[in-house]
Amino acid sequence: MLSVRDISVTYGERAVLDGVSFELKDGSVLALLGANGAGKTTLVRSLNGTVPLSAGEIVLDGRSLGELSRREIASRVAVVAQENETRFPVTVMEFVLSGRFVHGGAFGWETEADVGASTQALADCDLTEYASRLMNELSGGERQRVVLARALATNASLLLLDEPTANLDLAHQAMMFRLVRQRCDSCGASAVVITHDLNLAAAFSDEVLMLEDGCIAAKGKPAEVLTAENVRKVFDVDVMLDAHPVTGGVRVTSLF
Amino acid sequence: MRLGLVLLVLLIVVLIIAGMLGAERLPLTGWTEQQRSILLDIRIPRILLGACVGASLAVAGAGLQALLRNPLAEPYLLGVSNGAALGTMVGFVLFQNVEAARPVLAFAGAVAATIVVYRMAKSRAGMSAERLVLSGVIVTTFLSSVIVMLTTLLDAARLRSFTFWLLGDLSQSSSTGIWISGVTVAIVTVVLTSQARSLNLMMIGERDALDFGVEVGRVRLLVFGGASLVVGAAVAASGSVGYVGLIVPHLVRLSIGSDNRLVVPFSAVAGAIFVVLADTIARTAIAPRELPVGAVTALVGAPLFIYLLRRN
Repeated sequence: MLSVRDISVTYGERAVLDGVSFELKDGSVLALLGANGAGKTTLVRSLNGTVPLSAGEIVLDGRSLGELSRREIASRVAVVAQENETRFPVTVMEFVLSGRFVHGGAFGWETEADVGASTQALADCDLTEYASRLMNELSGGERQRVVLARALATNASLLLLDEPTANLDLAHQAMMFRLVRQRCDSCGASAVVITHDLNLAAAFSDEVLMLEDGCIAAKGKPAEVLTAENVRKVFDVDVMLDAHPVTGGVRVTSLF
Repeated sequence: MRLGLVLLVLLIVVLIIAGMLGAERLPLTGWTEQQRSILLDIRIPRILLGACVGASLAVAGAGLQALLRNPLAEPYLLGVSNGAALGTMVGFVLFQNVEAARPVLAFAGAVAATIVVYRMAKSRAGMSAERLVLSGVIVTTFLSSVIVMLTTLLDAARLRSFTFWLLGDLSQSSSTGIWISGVTVAIVTVVLTSQARSLNLMMIGERDALDFGVEVGRVRLLVFGGASLVVGAAVAASGSVGYVGLIVPHLVRLSIGSDNRLVVPFSAVAGAIFVVLADTIARTAIAPRELPVGAVTALVGAPLFIYLLRRN
C-alpha cells in the first residue's frame, strides 16, 4: 500500500509538485498522465526517494520513505526508466542481475535465487536468447525490454515505470503493459506508469491520475478521468471518446 | 578464475625474469657476492616497487573508470598523478628531511586534483567523456606549470634527478616507499573489490545505481579516496608513470568482461606485471643507461588512448 500525503517538490523557487496526495492499493496499476513538464517524472522519482520532498510524506507499507535506507527502498521499489547507452561491454544477463543488488552481500556473488529470478524475468520479457548478448548490440526497443526485465527480477512490491513504451513497437507495448498487469494481479505488487498513450492507460490501468503544472487535475477510474473536457484542459487537444468495440473500455481518438 | 591463475603465474615468471635481466645479467642460481648484492639491494627493491606502483595505478584506473562511466578515466590523464607530483615536490622542497611528508602531501595533492577535475567535468547535463578529458588536460597543464616553476628552486643536480623522477623513475626505491605503496594498494584493492557490485551498477549509470540501492555518495568517496591514496603513495615513490591505469583495466576487460569483482583485483595483478615488464625494458633497452619507465608506458599507452577516444 502506497500513501502519498500532500507532497510538494521545489527546484529553487519553482514548485514542480504542489500538494499531491493519493493512495495506491496493492495489486493496482495507476497511469500517470500529463503534458510535458507537468511533474510526472518528478512525482515518480519522489516515490523511490531519489527526489527530496520540500513538504509532505510518502508512506510505503506502513513506513515513511524518509526512514528507509536506499537498500530498504530498493528492495521494495523498482524503477523502469529510459535507458541510455552503456559505455562498457555489459551482457543482458549481467544487466538484469544488477537489479538483484540489494539481495547480495558486499563481495557476494549471485545466488541461485538471483539467477532464477533473472532467468524468469528474461523469459517473461521474451529475451531468453538475448542473455549473453551485449547491451550495446541491442536496439532501443530491445534494451527497453531488458530494463523491464531487470525491474521484474527484483520482485519489488512497487514498480515505477517512466514512459516504458517509448521505444517499443505495438506488440511489445502491449506485452509490457500485460507483464506489469500480470505482476500486479498475481503477486499483489502495484505499479505507477507514466505514459502518453491514453488508450493503453485506459486498457491496462485501474486508475488514472492527470497532472497539470504539478497539481492533480483529475484522478479516478479511467472512464471517469478520460473525458473530453479533462483531456482538453490538460493536453490542450480535442478528442473523441467512445466505447472500445471489443473490450468496452474507453477509446480515445485525437481530432487533429 | 582461470585468468586469475594465469596472471599469478605470469607475475611470478615476470618477477624472476626481471630479477635476472639488467645491465648485469644474473644467472638463476649460484650468484657471486657482488651479484647477490645487485639482486638483493638494488634489483628486488626496484622490482617490488614497480609491482606496487603498477598495481596501484591499475586499480585506481579500474575504480575511476567504473565510477565515472568513462573508459578514458585514468590517474595520469585526469591530473591526479600531477596533483600527487606537486604534493611530492612541495614535500621535497619544504620538508626535505621528513620522509613521510612526501606521501602525505602527494595524497593531499591527488585528492585536490581529483575534486577539481570532477567539479569541472560535471555539468547539469552529466559528464561527457570529452569534458572529463578536457578538464583533466587543463588541470594537468596547470599543475605542470606550477611544478616547472617550483623546479627553479632546485640546484642543477637535484633538478636532473627530479626531472627523471617526474617522468616515472623506479631507481630511487626505498623500503619505506615500498611498504607504504604495498600496504595502501593491498587495502585499497580489497576495499574497491568489496564495492565492485556497486561499481557494476554505477558503470551502467548513477541514476540506476541510486534506484537499485547503491549508497552512491559513500561509493564515490571510497573510490575517489582510495584512488587518491594509492596514486599518492605510488607517485611519491616513483613519480608519474602514465597510462598504466588506462591500458591495464582495458586489457583485463577485453579478456574477462566488465564485472568489477574480477576487473579490480585482476587489474592489480596485471598492473604489477605491466610496470615490472616496462621497467625491465627501461633498464635494459639502452643499458648501461636507463630510460624513465614512464616513457616506456607512454609509448604503449598514447596510441591506445587515441584508439579509445576515437571509438568513444
